[in-house]
Amino acid sequence: MSGRALRAWAWAAMVLVGLAAPYLVYPVFAMNVLCLALFASAFNLLLGYAGLLSFGHAAFLGSAAYVTGITLRTWGLPTELGVLAGTAVATLLGLVFGALAIRRSGIYFAMITLGFAQLVYFLVVQLPWTGGEDGLQGIPRGKALGVLALDGPITTYYFVYAAFLAGFWLIQRAIHSPFGHVLRAIRENEPRALSLGYDVARYKLLAFVLSAALSGLAGSLKAVVLQFASLSDVHWHRSGEVVLMTLLGGMGTVLGPSVGALLVVTLENYLADVGSWVTVITGAVFVACVLAFRRGIVGEVRALVRRSFIGGKP
Amino acid sequence: MPEETILETRDLVKEFAGFVAVNGVSLRVARGSIHALIGPNGAGKTTVFNLLTRFLPATRGAILFKGDDVTHARPAEVARRGIVRSFQMSAVFPALTALENVRVALQRPLGTSFHFWRSERTLDALEARAVELLAAVGLEADRDTVAVELPYGRKRALELATTLALDPELLLLDEPTQGMGHEDVGRVVALIRRVAAGRTVLLVEHNLSVVQDLARRVTVLARGAVLAEGSYDEVSRDPAVLEAYIGATP
Repeated sequence: MSGRALRAWAWAAMVLVGLAAPYLVYPVFAMNVLCLALFASAFNLLLGYAGLLSFGHAAFLGSAAYVTGITLRTWGLPTELGVLAGTAVATLLGLVFGALAIRRSGIYFAMITLGFAQLVYFLVVQLPWTGGEDGLQGIPRGKALGVLALDGPITTYYFVYAAFLAGFWLIQRAIHSPFGHVLRAIRENEPRALSLGYDVARYKLLAFVLSAALSGLAGSLKAVVLQFASLSDVHWHRSGEVVLMTLLGGMGTVLGPSVGALLVVTLENYLADVGSWVTVITGAVFVACVLAFRRGIVGEVRALVRRSFIGGKP
Repeated sequence: MPEETILETRDLVKEFAGFVAVNGVSLRVARGSIHALIGPNGAGKTTVFNLLTRFLPATRGAILFKGDDVTHARPAEVARRGIVRSFQMSAVFPALTALENVRVALQRPLGTSFHFWRSERTLDALEARAVELLAAVGLEADRDTVAVELPYGRKRALELATTLALDPELLLLDEPTQGMGHEDVGRVVALIRRVAAGRTVLLVEHNLSVVQDLARRVTVLARGAVLAEGSYDEVSRDPAVLEAYIGATP
């Protein structure tokens, strides 16, 4: 089976599972998974394919959630416009942060992005219209396309699912585009890519902005789903959590981050009864996974499938 | 008729925090020639390469390519103008296949390298040319092998194929035979001679028999400065060169 055929099957399976999901599990849970899966996939575009570790991605998720909250609750705009506004703000923020951070690499890049994210966190705490410690409560879901009332969980689910698929499709298209190939070359050997005439900083910046924009889309959808925007969305814990999801599922794989998001949200949800032990258990799972399968869940499965079906090294 | 100069440096200087790595180097490389840069370890050969490709900024001096001042051009721009380098350690994209390595170099002129919404199938059109380049360096059987799995000599061949994909006017080769066995050296020398047809090659090389074989003109660097220049026979008889290489003269 070729790589492209395998990908088509994975797509078909994912679409079907996604369509059936709200009838199998609690819809709000499923929507939460979708939002964080999109967030982790956007993050993975940067980490897995451009080789850049950002430690400030909560800034994009959180600021988009707040912007969507304000446009829907305070200004009463239609749902799509609220989502678009949140995404647009995250994109602009990504452009500014990226332009300033992209020339550094490794730990310096991670620290600069963390610094910017802390700045956003501080602004959200201090500004008068964000609700401070309480966050924004009671965001109306409104109507999709002006007609489809998003009051029921199933309708809302399919609205979120459609947006998720669009975002997810764009990410995997970017990975498998001419741009994605240059990005991978830069990740593999930056001086060589430079010597072939590629302005590496501009390619990295585009990857950063794309990643920020799609993280913003995830944050906007999350605000619509949960009907609130809270400080935890801009907190650095969120930036750490997305690293965890991506590594658990498999960095540099298309499906990995979604699997990681599903796993983390499931753990948090179904272990909620045991209280603060959730953090300890998630941490233990993370350590075990990184020690035992470094490529992440999907990465290991993919390696196994390649060895058994496609051949390669005996 | 005087030969056309494709690359010229004027009093090129590079200082690192008080240490002068390159000290007033003036070079003239004739179009269509193979020009070698030799010298003992630490003579500044690789630093000169880094200055020429703008991987390092020069402290003083000027670099002219085809008469244009490129002293302050960005590295990617230097590459686009036609100066393409290889690296001392083999420089491939390890996780990409041999074909993908070459194709990455071919895709830039398409002008779609920022198009993240386009399918990678638009790159399929480059496949024939990529295979041709792989065949030129004897790698046609390895097209789908991931570069990291290729033996060292083939990695260097792949690197050369990738460099040739850009069809550079001036090829800078940094120790192309370093770390190679005897047979591989012979193959690479033949390869360089073949690809040098119609272009200019500036070569850093430690293996003097390779230099003797290939280079029409040789510049000897020692301690960051030009010690001698001429044909291989001329410089190999130069007492100053002998002293720099062997240590003392009788």
